[in-house]
Amino acid sequence: MILGVVPFGLTCGIMGLTVGLTAFETILMSGLVFAGAAQFTAMLLLGSGAVGFGVVVLTTVVVNLRHILMSASLASVIKKLSLPLKSILIFSLTDEAFAITTARMEKSTYSGLYQAVVSLLLYITWILTTAIGVLFTSYIADPLAWGLDFAMPASFIVFLIHRLKNATSAVVALVAGVSSVAGALLLPGKWYIIIACVLACTVGFVIERRG
Amino acid sequence: MRSEIISIIIGMALVTLLTRAAGLLFNMKSNAVYERWLKHIPTAMLTALIIPSLLMPRGTLFISLRNPYIMAGIVSVLIAVKTKSIFATVGFGMITMLLLQGFVI
Repeated sequence: MILGVVPFGLTCGIMGLTVGLTAFETILMSGLVFAGAAQFTAMLLLGSGAVGFGVVVLTTVVVNLRHILMSASLASVIKKLSLPLKSILIFSLTDEAFAITTARMEKSTYSGLYQAVVSLLLYITWILTTAIGVLFTSYIADPLAWGLDFAMPASFIVFLIHRLKNATSAVVALVAGVSSVAGALLLPGKWYIIIACVLACTVGFVIERRG
Repeated sequence: MRSEIISIIIGMALVTLLTRAAGLLFNMKSNAVYERWLKHIPTAMLTALIIPSLLMPRGTLFISLRNPYIMAGIVSVLIAVKTKSIFATVGFGMITMLLLQGFVI
């Protein structure tokens, strides 16, 4: 499971340089933000140029909204821990750490230390693989000419395929796909990502309510 | 320009930390309305990121068999469905892209 982040870290390093970030900025982002989906999305925005602080940070919030659900479901156990451990676990709460921790909780009991060790391993892997991706890309004069930015959609496709399990999720994806392209053609900047996301989630919500 | 990038990174770090901490602050009940809305975000967000980056890789619509992003995307979808492996999907997807860029354009 921890090895699963390796291709993402590499992709993250490749994407960073491909969209015009420096090696330092790319690795700094992995070290401070430590959220793959948010980082990829931000890089996509920064790569298009002419987007400012507001769009990137607001999009990061939307991409990260799922974190609220994860920390809420661990709240009862995390709240009992000491402040330093609590802070570490909150900073490093990722999809992977959450999945591994809750899988263990089903088998035995919750352990804050266990989650901290898993998170630390993920954090080290994330930064190292970002750096390797950066190093690899730094030898390529024009990463865009080679289509290296395809690394992002390629890695996202795996996750999307996993999530398309029923008719509702297929409709959500269809609405998001059509409205994002329409939005990208009609709207300025990268607002189409948030708008398509809100629209598709609402459609999915309404469908399930009726069904 | 560069200091703006640094401030964006710090802004991202702060809001990410906030969303991770937010669950501890609110006493949320499961199965609430927002949860049933929020659970669609990954599917919607992934699609909204993938589709435009394949159909309009340089900002304009480019629906054609000569668009290497579409072709490599189709290969990646097939491998993802068949193997469910992220290594295989990203690996073969990138190889397809590099071959297409080398021979087509």
